[in-house]
Amino acid sequence: MNWIRKKIDKIKEPFEPGNKLEKYRPAVNALDTFLFVPDHTTKKGAHIRDAVDLKRTMITVVLALIPALIFGMWNAGYQHFTQLGENPAFIEAFLHGAYKIVPMIIVSYGVGLGLEFAFAIMRGHEVNEGYLVTGLLIPMIMPVDIPLWMVALSVIFAVLIGKEAFGGTGMNILNPALTARAFAFFAYPTYMSGNKIWVSEASNVDSISGETILGTLAANKEVEYNVAEMFTGVIPGSISETSTLCILVGALLLILTKVGSWRIIVSGFIGAALMGLIFNALNIEGNGLTNFPWYQHLVVGGLAFGIVFMATDPVSASQTMKGKWIYGFLIGLFGIMIRVFNPAYPEGIMLAILLLNVFAPTIDYYVIQGNIKNRQKRLKLKSVKSA
Amino acid sequence: MSKDVKVKKGLKLRLKGEAEKILKDAPKSKTYAIRPSNFHSAVPKMVLKEGEKIKAGEELFFSKYSEKTRFVSPVSGTLKEIVRGAKRKILSVIVESDDTIEYKDFGTMNPLKSSNEEVKERVFSTGLGAFIKQRPYDIPAVADDSPKAIYVSAFDTAPLAASAEIILKNKVEHFQAGINVLTKLTEGKVYLGVDKHSASFLKDIENVEILNISGPHPAGNVGTLVHETEPMNRGERVWSVNPEDVAIIGEQFSTGKYNAERTVAVCGSSANEKYYYKTIIGAEVKSVLKDFEDNSRIISGNVLTGEKIPADGYLNFFANELTVIPEGNEYRMFGWLPFKDNDIHSMSKTSLSWMFPNKKYEVNTNLNGEERALVVTGEMEEVMPLDIFPMQLIKACLAGDVEKMENLGIYEVIPEDFALIDYTNTSKIEAQEIIRNGLDIMITEVG
Repeated sequence: MNWIRKKIDKIKEPFEPGNKLEKYRPAVNALDTFLFVPDHTTKKGAHIRDAVDLKRTMITVVLALIPALIFGMWNAGYQHFTQLGENPAFIEAFLHGAYKIVPMIIVSYGVGLGLEFAFAIMRGHEVNEGYLVTGLLIPMIMPVDIPLWMVALSVIFAVLIGKEAFGGTGMNILNPALTARAFAFFAYPTYMSGNKIWVSEASNVDSISGETILGTLAANKEVEYNVAEMFTGVIPGSISETSTLCILVGALLLILTKVGSWRIIVSGFIGAALMGLIFNALNIEGNGLTNFPWYQHLVVGGLAFGIVFMATDPVSASQTMKGKWIYGFLIGLFGIMIRVFNPAYPEGIMLAILLLNVFAPTIDYYVIQGNIKNRQKRLKLKSVKSA
Repeated sequence: MSKDVKVKKGLKLRLKGEAEKILKDAPKSKTYAIRPSNFHSAVPKMVLKEGEKIKAGEELFFSKYSEKTRFVSPVSGTLKEIVRGAKRKILSVIVESDDTIEYKDFGTMNPLKSSNEEVKERVFSTGLGAFIKQRPYDIPAVADDSPKAIYVSAFDTAPLAASAEIILKNKVEHFQAGINVLTKLTEGKVYLGVDKHSASFLKDIENVEILNISGPHPAGNVGTLVHETEPMNRGERVWSVNPEDVAIIGEQFSTGKYNAERTVAVCGSSANEKYYYKTIIGAEVKSVLKDFEDNSRIISGNVLTGEKIPADGYLNFFANELTVIPEGNEYRMFGWLPFKDNDIHSMSKTSLSWMFPNKKYEVNTNLNGEERALVVTGEMEEVMPLDIFPMQLIKACLAGDVEKMENLGIYEVIPEDFALIDYTNTSKIEAQEIIRNGLDIMITEVG
């Protein structure tokens, strides 16, 4: 271990302050700190520090994503082969999915981290770890057949316009991963919606139908899947959003490690369930989605994935405890509302989260205003007393 | 008269290296130093010149912008050196001590039988005002202010903190006398915070409202006590005094002597011979700390708020602890992996250290990461028992937005209230420094 350290220090020499390549220090540091937690000691303030850092937090989210990612790879292959009438072995299905999805991940990380490094060097700050999560999320919420150049373009848009334009990590208003998806959705609608894109190579093979459940419902057709299939996720859809089961495993890790806000997750599902119940009660004729049982609303589409992995992004979410309850609840509520009422967007969760991202500061404003008012009331009370 | 102060939010950090509860006499230090930096915002103006003789209790310097706040010599001897830094700023005033201390006689005074003005005049003119800290802003008290209450916290909940029971064991009478003095300095109450779960002699102290403290750190911080009793409003002043300093004030009134005795608990995993030592304010570190491991950091105070001092330096004016912990200047391979290195304490559940709530940890000074943008939310609130939005207040301080700071409660906090946020926050933000800067802005803008 020691000799690795010495080797790295040797490599880093030209990048040290005062040397020729000083400018590129953040990039080298980013790589180095992935091998070693640096020897930096406290200079001011508290002399001791907690073991947690942003890297650890972000890697925990990546770990939470792994079950859904692996399932997504298998499901991509499984949907492809079964719709062709074949019955694939696990590994066969998984390899087909991996063949499609791994390049997307590579492109997403390559392009995104490239930009992050470039901005870090330009602005002279360290590379923030946030993109480790964003970069994995972006391919996971895309349809499996999306061309790689579209992934790259979406990533560039998300990082440049969604994040760096606002000042970088921690300053962005919208969730970068959803910004990427929204960009692709509105820029290339033919690749992002319809009923020919959700199963691998569906557009090339006539025998594949590959409609999502929500798409089927929006067209007022009968759903061919049962609730167990919807919950486990053996259905067509964006790569990793189908399996509510795997998403809940990830959610459990996020909640247990307190990396994801359980308040947002719980209130998100409550909001969605409530909206589903309301629509069930209204029983509107002619809209298949209103009569879709509320509990099934929770397990199909990107709702679960959105609430667990996107809504809980701490930067774009509400920051206050009360605010998180309201924020999550409204995401669930609007997610189902958009899903049911807007036929152009069979899945509303993306738009609901982006909408609430914009409103999160407003929610916080009112929560904090409550605290401020209490303080001012106390001051007034005191001046009345002393007068 | 007593009231319970129960705190839920916070962190009880158990560290290795507690000081054994045995009180020993430290050998006499050759020189003693009073450092103006221990009194934030005080600009010293010297009264004596180098080489002049001085008695214990005689004035060394006063504060330029608050002339009634005087700083006196802890021992008798010769003013050896005035150490100056850039722009001739006075860094420390060093007194070479006589073999036997000669005290200036202030005469005795019974505070309970004297008027408020007489007591106040005596406290500030004889340099006892230096022991009194003002909230808001965490600066030396100003003689002309009248605080709405005075707080003494005799239950320090910080890690490895010295026990007030040991410190005050032989000084109960002086402590009571000091409390009597404090009652004359305010129209309001004098509060004394004590450990709820100990049958301490401190609970029998009179003329105070006892606050029975329970809960994790920062339960014993004055900020928490103020918040739970009489929260600060704009324009108000509250004073606080450390328990041992109350006894010094009391002794000076009862005997006429300024006996600047300081009890220091030597603690921390890198210190050897960990006991309570009796010494004098401003003593040399080496007189108290004989033996410690190499590559250590010496902190006068506790690990959260203490001052880093060199081995040949001098004790902090106020601190009752001398904590020695290893420097963490080493690399840790793949240390960022979740659930790895669980022997390093973490409040986050991304480490398994929460499974051992009673384990005592050995801590070092490694940052355990690098500074990053503020990303994670909700974690600061977990160690902030005050009704305050810590992250929003930190951001307001960074922005220097006076109105927002005021609205979010800047008057209710001092840096030490944010020490645990320093410790726990994922982004390694220097919260105490940010709050200090915010307070300094408030001093210049609002005053």
